[in-house]
This record gives sequence, structure tokens and C-alpha cells, in this order.
Amino acid sequence: MRIYATYNIKGGVGKTSAAVNLAYLASREGWKTLLWDLDPQAAATYLFRIRPRVKGGSKALVHGTRPFDAAIKGTDFANLDLLPADFTYRRMDLLLDAARKPTRQLARLLEPLARDYDVVFLDCPPSVSLVSENVLHAADTLIVPIIPTTLCTRTLDQLTGFVGSLEAHQPSILAFFSMVDRRKRLHRDIVEHLPAERTDIATAAIPAMSLIEQMAVRRAPLPVFSPRSEATRCYQKLWEEISGRHRSGGNRQG
Amino acid sequence: MPRGVREFTLDRSFATTGARAIEGPGASAAWPYLAGALHPRFQVAADRPLAVRRVWLDTFDWRLYRAGLGLEYISRRGFAELSLVTREGTRIVSTTRAMIWPGLSDTLPRGPLRERVAPVVGIRALLPILSSAGTMWTQCVLDSEKKTVARLTVDDGVVQSGTGTGTGTGTDIGTTARTDTTMTATALPTRLTVTAVRGYDGQADRIGRLISELPGISPASRSALDTALAAVGRKPGSYTSKVGVQLAPATPAGPALAGVLLRLLEMAEANVEGVIRDIDTEFLHDLRIAVRRTRSALKLAGDALPGDMAVRFTPEFRWLGQLTTPSRDLDVHLLGLQRTAAGLITAAPEDLQPLHASLVRYRVTERRSLIRGLRSARFACLTRDWRGALSGVVTAPDKATRRWAEHARQPVANLAAARIRRAHQRLVKTASRVTPASPDDDLHTVRKRGKELRYLLEFFATLHEPAIHRGAVRELKQLQDCLGEIQDGHVQREAIRALAARMVEDRAAPAATLLAMGELAAQLDAAASVAREGFAKRFAQFTSARNTQRIALLTKVAA
Repeated sequence: MRIYATYNIKGGVGKTSAAVNLAYLASREGWKTLLWDLDPQAAATYLFRIRPRVKGGSKALVHGTRPFDAAIKGTDFANLDLLPADFTYRRMDLLLDAARKPTRQLARLLEPLARDYDVVFLDCPPSVSLVSENVLHAADTLIVPIIPTTLCTRTLDQLTGFVGSLEAHQPSILAFFSMVDRRKRLHRDIVEHLPAERTDIATAAIPAMSLIEQMAVRRAPLPVFSPRSEATRCYQKLWEEISGRHRSGGNRQG
Repeated sequence: MPRGVREFTLDRSFATTGARAIEGPGASAAWPYLAGALHPRFQVAADRPLAVRRVWLDTFDWRLYRAGLGLEYISRRGFAELSLVTREGTRIVSTTRAMIWPGLSDTLPRGPLRERVAPVVGIRALLPILSSAGTMWTQCVLDSEKKTVARLTVDDGVVQSGTGTGTGTGTDIGTTARTDTTMTATALPTRLTVTAVRGYDGQADRIGRLISELPGISPASRSALDTALAAVGRKPGSYTSKVGVQLAPATPAGPALAGVLLRLLEMAEANVEGVIRDIDTEFLHDLRIAVRRTRSALKLAGDALPGDMAVRFTPEFRWLGQLTTPSRDLDVHLLGLQRTAAGLITAAPEDLQPLHASLVRYRVTERRSLIRGLRSARFACLTRDWRGALSGVVTAPDKATRRWAEHARQPVANLAAARIRRAHQRLVKTASRVTPASPDDDLHTVRKRGKELRYLLEFFATLHEPAIHRGAVRELKQLQDCLGEIQDGHVQREAIRALAARMVEDRAAPAATLLAMGELAAQLDAAASVAREGFAKRFAQFTSARNTQRIALLTKVAA
């Protein structure tokens, strides 16, 4: 089982869109895929038309009082399941903190899912918290959407430095440019030059397109309602790059 | 029934009574009816019907069915999937490329489905046991959020089945030696399946309840495979390599033995086509077992057949046995090569690659002779004449039986008891003479005596008290396993030497391969020696008072 997490400290950078579309593309290839919407805002859950509710809330999940897999819902798509968000996730930090080995709890919960799933995506809330530290311990690869600005490399370096400081498990990092506006020279320059300089940035980039925003209206992954669009092609290319890196052994930080 | 799946059968008359606008065959008329029953709580999303071909797969000896597993290959335009329903009720689905059957389990896509199927089917190929062509309508049932909570599938299919003459076993699974086959099409009952999307079992239950309240729809009592088999009058699990002929103790020995031999003939014939098509190696194995059992029956009890039947047919079955030996030997080498290669210590497994290539090449040559033999007039005459002679004995009128010799007229229970007792005595006598210094040939003789006793026990099994019979066979089997390990080690060691010489002659043996083969021969020898050390203990167990008592009870009737 391969665990990917879409992560960034900032919000509104395209984490959920990436998680939903990449999870869908993985499942379409035949991989049994689970997407865990860890964000209490429940955007991914909404996109799949699933109620943002887990019986017993995050307490039941973390304490194991209800079977973890009983909370999983099938989406409308073959091979793709969702562990929905729940508003109680906002207090998950407190529950994790009270547990033994508080940074390893998500990894522990995900372990038994290897029987059922080939690929897991974690759609993380935008923050630095105990939840995100758990995600770093659980994930094999962090998929980091970054907007091509002058400060983006600094953000990425900070994250790389933090991951490098982890004692045991260190996930590989793959950033990709998100919400790229080709009309802006700065965006064009950064997208053109930076991937050539750094191995931790994907060559595939996701454009800023209203079509991607339409996902919230259509409540479906982009390749479902716009299979031939440029944006779908970009996500497809990104997924090929991510899964290709996994097959060739992946990269560690930069 | 798989978890989260509810199945119903639709009465065919439903199509004309339940729907208002009815056009087209069965399934199409069902939708308005079903949608109406689910409204307003659920909506049914429209979809197009798909032409599908469904192939139910199993091994020739029904290993999946016996293990409570059902495997289907479902193909439609540009899409194919395999669906396995397990005994615990879970369904494992795997999308796949278009596949051609028969195929071995290692051709299945990697994943949980293959992991579940492979250990059950082992080295046997998966064959189409039945196929249907029809229309599949899948419709999504949506909740108020327009989220799919369940899928409704209506299947209308026509199953193709062959009827004809040939084997007479009723065990054909697409491949047996049917000589005069005509295909008939049988319409299957329309089947409605409600499949819950994961996490929505409650809604699927509600959908199931709403549907089951409709007239013309009743819960399915059988699996789709069982329904299809019943529709074409096919009995599942009908092929087995067990003898299993029901005998009454007082039946005259001649007809009883002829009945057993007819069963062995059916078994041999059922496997011929599989051997010729090289579907899997077990076809040849089972064919050889049927021939070996026949030869043993002729040798040990052939005098119970009237006239000179045993004398007439013994040389022909010897020919048939010899015809199959070279191919089977090569099969055994190839099947064991991967395991033995993994056990090499000095040599690398890839050093044996030239040996593998040579074995494959020799096998192609040997199979040509085998197929020629099985397609020959001699084989056709043998099976035809043998069946004719045996049928004549089974159906002989009383007037004719009076002219038979005493051996043929005696009750079969007496014949069984006397022959089993004699075979047991011969085995004990031969095995008692074995010492640590005895040559390999002596142990080979013991093994042959053991097989003779085993076959007699199998032929007459239905005359015996099952528990006593099982105990006696279990002890004998353990002794046979030990003898098998000893002899196989020696025989294979000699075969490896012979192969090495042949490969050198063919200039197909690099030095590394010869060294690896040397190590292999040494390992086989060592394994045989270890097994030989255990022989005395095994034999002591076989001749224990308890087992001797079992044999005495099995042979008591003749006293």
C-alpha cells in the first residue's frame, strides 16, 4: 500500500482538487484507492456527494471504539472509496496528544488497510499541527501544491527541512505548481526554470482554470465531467509522474 | 450471497404485467416498474444496456466449486472483469485485459482475487464451464444528494451448452472428448441484483425490501452459476478422479468389476481431450491413473471377468500406459524444477535454465508421439472394444451368466475380501524382507505391491465400513508416501543423469548447468536416503495390531 498526502501549510492552493483528481486517476488504473478527507471543512467529501459524518467522530476513530473500515464509504466510482470528513476532526489534535506515541496514531490506524487498498490519499487540513505531524509519519510521499511565487521555494525548503529533522520515517516530497496563471510572467518564469533546478518539483503543472473550480458545482472529479480538457491532461501527467517516481524508487528530499 | 448483495429472479411474465410502456425483451420493461417502486425515496439513473458475455470458470475437477468459490469472467466492449464470490460471502472484483480461456492461475491479474484462487486451483487450468451471452442493464440508485447508494443490475442471458455423445460422464467443461456435439441455447431466468455501495448497506436493504414487495419478483434461492447449471441440466462437481462405484455385496463379481472398469474408462476418456490440447498437466496424470488402475484390476481380479477379456486387453492397456510415460516423466521434472532450483546451495537457480529449455524441447517431441497414439485407430479400437465388452458383462442376461466361471459368478464382496487379503499379505511379505542394505529395486517392488492394495481398496470402497476403510487407506497412504519419496529420489536422480548425457550429446549443457544438475542429483539422493531411514518406522505402523485388525475386518466377509 502506497500512502500519498496532499499537504501545504497554506490553504486554497489546490490540495483537495489534487487529492480528488489523483485518487480518481489511481482508481481508474485499477488500484484499490482510499481517500481520507482529514479536513473538517469536508470539501473532498462534498465533492463525492457523501455526508460529512463519521459515527462516533474522530474520537471513535482514534480510540478504535468503532471499526475503522466501517466508516469508509464507496464513491460512485469503481475502486475508489472515501473516509469522510467529520466536523469533530477539528479537535483531533487533542485526541492524538492524549494517546501513546501521539505522532504515530494515523500510521497505526492506516496499517490494517493494506489488506484492502493499494493506494491511500490523505487530504490534509492547511496547518502545522499534530495531525499534520501524524501525516508526515504515515505518508510515503508528500504531494505539495505550490503557487509559483518568489516565496514558494522558501516554503518548500522549510517543509523539506522539517521533514529532514524527523527521526524515524521521512516521506519523500514532490511539489507541483498549482493554480498557474500563464498570463503572469513571474508564473511562467518560475514554472519554466525551477523544475529543471530541483528534483523535488514535478514537471507537470496545474493551470488556474475555472473548469477546476467547476468540480464543486458538478460534484465530481474533473476527468469524469471533462475528460478531454487541458486541466485533466495536466492532472493525468502529474499522476503519471508521481506513480512513475514510486515505481523507480522515488526521491528523497531535493 | 456476497456481503451487500441481494439477488432476485424476475418472473418472465412480469415483463408484460408490471410495466406500462413495455417494449423489448424482459429487462427493459422492468425499469419503469422498479423506478416506480423506489420513488420518491430513491431515484434511478438511466443507463444504456450493454451486451455482455459471461464465462463461469473452474478447473476440470471443480476445485473452486468444491471450495465454495464462484469465478466469473465478464466481458463487454472494451472492458473485462473477473468476479470471485467467496464462501464467506464477499465479492472480489478485478478489472483485467481481455483474456482467453483456458488459462493457469498465474495468468490472472495480480491482486487479492489471484491470491484467493491460486492456492485452490494449484496447477490446474481454469476452464470455461459454462458461458452465457446477453444484455446487462446496470442502473444507479441515487439518494437525495444524487449519490449512488446501490446498483441495480438486470441480466438477461442465454446460456450455450453442448449435448452429444462421447464421454458419457456428464463432466464436460468445454474440453472433453465429445465426438458429436451440438450446441443448444437456453434462456436463463432474468436476474435482478441489488449491490450496495460500500457503507450504504442500510439503504440497499431498504431498496431490497421495496423491490421484493413487487409482484413477479422473488428472492433468488440459488447462485447465478447454480441457476445456469440447472437450466442446462448440468450437475456441478460431476468429474472426480475417485472410483466411487456403488456396489452391492451380493452382485456377481463379473458385472461389479465391469462396472468399476467402465467408470475407469470414462475417467480415461474424459481426460483425453485435455491431454491433446495440453490444457494442464493433471489431464495426463488422471489419464495415467485410470490406465494404471485398469491394468491393476486386470492383473489382480481379471479372472473375475468372463471369457478371455483380461488376456485380450492386458497388452493393449500396457501399450497405453507406456505411451504416456515419457511425457509424464518430463511433466514431473518441469513441475518440480522451480522448487528444486530454489533449494540449490552451491549453484544458482538460473544455472538450470538450459535444463528447463531442454526439458521443454524434449516434451514437445514426446507429446507428438503421445498425441499420435491418442488419435490412432489402435486407441479408438481399444476404447470402443473395451466399452463394448464391459457393457456386455454389465448387461448380460441370466442365461449367459450361468456359463461364466465361478470367479465371475461369486458375490463381489467375496472377491473383494479375498483379493484385498492376498494383496495385503504380498505387501507385508515383500516389505518384511527389506533391510537397510536392500537394493532400490526391492523397495520399488514394495511400492508396486502397495499400489495394488491401494487400488483394490479404492475399487471396492463402497462395500466397506467407511471409518475402517478410511483408517486402512490412511495408514497405507503414509507408507506409500514414504516409498514414493525413496523411489522418486532414485528415479529422478537417474533421470537427471540420463538428461545430462542427452544434453551433452545435444551440445545444450554448459558447464554451470551440469554442475547444478550434479548438485540436484546429490540432493535427490540425500532426500531419498532420509526417506529410507524412515521406512522401518512407517512399515511398523502399517503392520501395527490396530491396522492389521482393520484389514481383517475389511476382509471378513469371505470367511
